[in-house]
Amino acid sequence: MAWLSENGLLLGLAVLDGLASAAAIFLVAVGLNLVFGVLRILNVAHGSLYAIGAYTAASFTLFLTARGWPGWLSFPALVLAAALVGIILGPLIERLLLKRVEGQEPVLQLLVTFALFMILEDVQKLIWGVQPVANEEPMRLLGTVDVPFGADVIPFTAYQLFVLPGIALLTLLGLAWFMRRTLTGRVIVAVTTDREAATSQGIDAAKVTMLTFAFGAALAALGGALASPTTSMVPGVGASTIVLSFAVVATAGLGQIEGAAIAALMIGLGRSIAVYLEPELEVVVPYLIMVLVLLVRPQGLFGILETRRI
Amino acid sequence: MSGRLELLVGLLGAALLVLLAWSVPWLRFVLTIALAKGITVLGILLLLRAGQVSFGHAMYVAIAAYAVAFVAPWMPEALLLLPMAALVSAGVGLVIGLFVMRYREIFFGMLNLALSMVFYSLLEKLYTITHGTDGIRLPVPRIAGAELTGASYEWAIFALALVLAIGFAVLVRVYLAAPLGQALAGIKTREARLEFMGVPARYVLLVAYVFSALMAGSGGTIIALTSRHVTPALAYWTASGELVFIAILGGAGSVLGAFLGAVVYELTRVYAAANLADAWQMILGVVLLLVILFAPGGLVGIARGLLLRRRTA
Repeated sequence: MAWLSENGLLLGLAVLDGLASAAAIFLVAVGLNLVFGVLRILNVAHGSLYAIGAYTAASFTLFLTARGWPGWLSFPALVLAAALVGIILGPLIERLLLKRVEGQEPVLQLLVTFALFMILEDVQKLIWGVQPVANEEPMRLLGTVDVPFGADVIPFTAYQLFVLPGIALLTLLGLAWFMRRTLTGRVIVAVTTDREAATSQGIDAAKVTMLTFAFGAALAALGGALASPTTSMVPGVGASTIVLSFAVVATAGLGQIEGAAIAALMIGLGRSIAVYLEPELEVVVPYLIMVLVLLVRPQGLFGILETRRI
Repeated sequence: MSGRLELLVGLLGAALLVLLAWSVPWLRFVLTIALAKGITVLGILLLLRAGQVSFGHAMYVAIAAYAVAFVAPWMPEALLLLPMAALVSAGVGLVIGLFVMRYREIFFGMLNLALSMVFYSLLEKLYTITHGTDGIRLPVPRIAGAELTGASYEWAIFALALVLAIGFAVLVRVYLAAPLGQALAGIKTREARLEFMGVPARYVLLVAYVFSALMAGSGGTIIALTSRHVTPALAYWTASGELVFIAILGGAGSVLGAFLGAVVYELTRVYAAANLADAWQMILGVVLLLVILFAPGGLVGIARGLLLRRRTA
């Protein structure tokens, strides 16, 4: 107990930090999961879409402040940036590249997204340079909140306390509702479960695939845009994001929405607690969690075992 | 391509490499690295034959490279360092292989990726042991007891890489033709049927996995001996992706393709990095896309197509 009272404050801070980072990871991972569901491709370039979303949001804020427009506009700008990335890049990538390797060997499909990742990494450098880019306006506007913690209070930024987890939670609930209750959502689930059977029911699988890919891309960009006020963007942020969201998806099991939220929480909290206890281990924790989970449940925490083909 | 023709092309290729390294001195370093990567890609080919993609094989390259860096001060003899480091890689490959053999396809790829990222992070963070991102500089080791410097050292390592490359290429050809190698293709098409025949699929894949770790270790040793500076970047996941890239560029399934792909990849990279420093990755990405979209058989596939056309015409 003595340890807890000494380190309790730090632990509280770690939990708050972990929640905020889990929120951003969840958005990216759930997008990756959706795309995998319909295309059966793990999109390596998904992390680049996260980075592009973050950079675009920063550019929008910069544009707003340079014009002297009111600062609160930077909040809708975050969402607008994500939507633009999804609407413009999503269909472009799906139609021009992924559609063309449909039905080819999975290795080739995977490598197409790897090639895209390499291209997008340099595109980011060419557009936004290699110096760190920051997007401080949204965080500064909301200020900090004193979070009561036992007898003490922890000052924490309101943005990371409310906005990030709030939007992640809304996305989770909205997505769960959308997938189960709306026609479009059910059509996506149908194509995910059995593409052939869905097509025979008159579903335009190609259209659904493109829509889902654009939606997944927008989710990745939203994760990036929302995370952009909390850190500064540097080249390579896409590369580290993608492996992190791979870890979340594998831990949760492919195709799981609520599962991805739980896995993102585990990994986000595990990472931030590690930062305060053993900083050296921070980067290792997500993969350790993933390896441990897969050791016990090879299909992930909530994944469904596929029947063996004979 | 018949075996004899392939051997002829391989030997011609080797001669061409020696000629290139001799006529353009700075290419010696580039070509040595290309040969090292080609050796590593041979291992990727074995796994691809079984339909499995490892997005973490750079770890085995890095394990061997760091093993060389740690041991070289105590045992400065390249011909001893090489088997030592390759066996360390193979040993780690055996331990990890026993674990990842239970997984296929995406989970196989991601577990390799995750483990390689754990290793990368440890290399980066355990500063007192590994010097973090600064990496470790290596002393110049002796080769067969001879203390070489400058150009003669570079030539010796180049020759070592070439001998290893030819040796492993022949070995992989023999292995793929043997029952143990033939069974790999069975894992790709329908593993359950393989087991119904009484072939233990996990064992078949494990042998290929350990062999691939051994070859990655040999490649890693050559890289460490040539650049004489090892950094965690060797183990980053993009380095693993690069290996799969080379395998597809050359033409998956072809032993010669691994080396052809590696040489073309390294030359393109050096050329693009020198002329367009900010866009070399983009150029490589575009090359990869063009190959996948228009020549899925890789460079070897293109060459074979040209050859066939001439024969029918």
